[in-house]
Amino acid sequence: MTALAEHSPIRPRSRAARLWRWMRSDVRAVLAIAYLAVLVIVSLFAPLIAPYSPLEQNVANLLLPPSWEHWLGTDDLGRDVLSRLIWGAPNSLYASLLAVGVAIALGVPTGLIIGFVGGWFDEIVSRFIDALLSFPPIVLAIAVTGALGIGLTNAMLSVGFVFAPFLARLVRAQTLTVKNALYVDAARGFGASTAHIIVKHIVPNAIQPVIVQVTLMLAIALLAEASLSFLSLGVQPPAASWGGMLARAYNYIEIAPAQMYAPGFAILLTALAFNALGESMRVALDPTMKRR
Amino acid sequence: MNRLPLLIGRRLWQLLPIIVFATFVVFALLQLVPGDPAVTLAGDYASKERIEEIRQIYGLDRPLIVQYGTWLWHAAQGDLGRSLLSSAPVLDLIMQRLPNTILIAVYALVIAGIIGIPLGVLAATRVGSRLDAFVTSIASLGVALPSFWLAILLVANFSLALHWFPATGAQPITVDPAAALLHATLPAVALAVGVIAELARQVRSALIEVLGSQYYRTLRAKGLNPAAMLWRHGLRNVSVTLLTIVGLQVNRLFSGAVVIEAVFAVPGAGQLVAYSAINKDFPVVQGVVLVLVVIVILVNLTVDVLSALLDPRAAEA
Repeated sequence: MTALAEHSPIRPRSRAARLWRWMRSDVRAVLAIAYLAVLVIVSLFAPLIAPYSPLEQNVANLLLPPSWEHWLGTDDLGRDVLSRLIWGAPNSLYASLLAVGVAIALGVPTGLIIGFVGGWFDEIVSRFIDALLSFPPIVLAIAVTGALGIGLTNAMLSVGFVFAPFLARLVRAQTLTVKNALYVDAARGFGASTAHIIVKHIVPNAIQPVIVQVTLMLAIALLAEASLSFLSLGVQPPAASWGGMLARAYNYIEIAPAQMYAPGFAILLTALAFNALGESMRVALDPTMKRR
Repeated sequence: MNRLPLLIGRRLWQLLPIIVFATFVVFALLQLVPGDPAVTLAGDYASKERIEEIRQIYGLDRPLIVQYGTWLWHAAQGDLGRSLLSSAPVLDLIMQRLPNTILIAVYALVIAGIIGIPLGVLAATRVGSRLDAFVTSIASLGVALPSFWLAILLVANFSLALHWFPATGAQPITVDPAAALLHATLPAVALAVGVIAELARQVRSALIEVLGSQYYRTLRAKGLNPAAMLWRHGLRNVSVTLLTIVGLQVNRLFSGAVVIEAVFAVPGAGQLVAYSAINKDFPVVQGVVLVLVVIVILVNLTVDVLSALLDPRAAEA
């Protein structure tokens, strides 16, 4: 496994061989991707996979322990916990993607523009970004959600808004380092337009840390969704969400203590998977962190 | 030593735009509410006359910038308005609850420091060892762990099963410090785990950098005692970084406190903001957010000044 052999032009490896090699070198990333793939499939086919309706109440079956009929038992309204867990997956993924999508849509263009334009404009917007970063994120998200009106979509718009300044600052810093590179000067010398320079030169060269940050942000967004749903500001009953399930289970902790495990593990594993993916991408994309 | 006032003055001057923008964001929260702010502030079932009265009191018919100025002027004097639900002064509501939040946050920070920093140091001095791998994985786990789930698990095991700690509530520390700490222990532990993970990670990477530096290698070549070197040169150089990290954790602590307080039914600032947001009590929401952001800004100011005192190079910046 010497560096020489790895970059040798003599023996180009097939795509499959290179894939296999990468999979063996980064088991963590493979596990994370496999888990997330399963989660996406479960989310897409929740109606087919879930054994029961997540909303069907049954007063005869309140707070049952796990059994063959109900693998994870039933909740305080007699609903099947496994089915609610499965139906919670699409809500959690939607929430994470929405929040991070909003953060990208607001943060990336802002960072690019202020980094590229510079001067007093950058100075003012950067102070505004600093101000936003001074707020405790969840507290600000709660306040914005309260103002917009409670519910999953508004809650995640708020979380995205709260995340945006983190991305804006990162993209600004990246843009500043790339903007003065020789190849950008060269492009300008050839008479390239500002838009062309930003799209063709700055974005591709500044994007790598952003991709890593965005992946890590998915985990934080997931935890934020769970927190807000736990506080009943996010997913509204009777819809299923992992955070909301924990809030319900907590009310009956003395009668049915087993109910608080499954949703918690679902949140933990998903957050771990996003983080593992982000960390692996950081190593894979960073040219200064060569293979161990 | 008399450069301290100068330093604080300069930092405050630099902070001024941040304070202006942050307070404006808090003020603008009300503008985010769909519909007429006067109707929002008048609360449900208000009469037309009441709404007009509110519009007059708050000056909602005047330009936004004038409204902001008036609001800020009142806020600076401690007048944050009245709760729409209880009509109690917002500042009183916050001041009743804030000590509970601060106690949990400080307690959590102490726990995190006692556990997180040594973990980071141990891992950094034994890079690549099993211990290092263990600390790194614990840190990854701690970052991904939903703190409120941990809180629930703590209640289940240490309150309901073992009866070591009370499951809910809080006690004022001024009346009975022992009872207050006992009530705050589980919330603080739940809150601390994420901070432990963050501290261990950051201390590890900061210390690894110092240990690999030129001057450190030179010292080692001179045959100094490794333990004394770690203390006098390694940790001392990490201390400024550490201070900055701790400053950044205040935000995390306040964020976590909101959810943790809900689990333990602690009447704190976090519970107040969540309850008020759900019940559309916007003056209270604005008040809590304002007070918390001011605390964060003051903590960061303190961190800046302390860093400058510890490291003369930082004072130049």
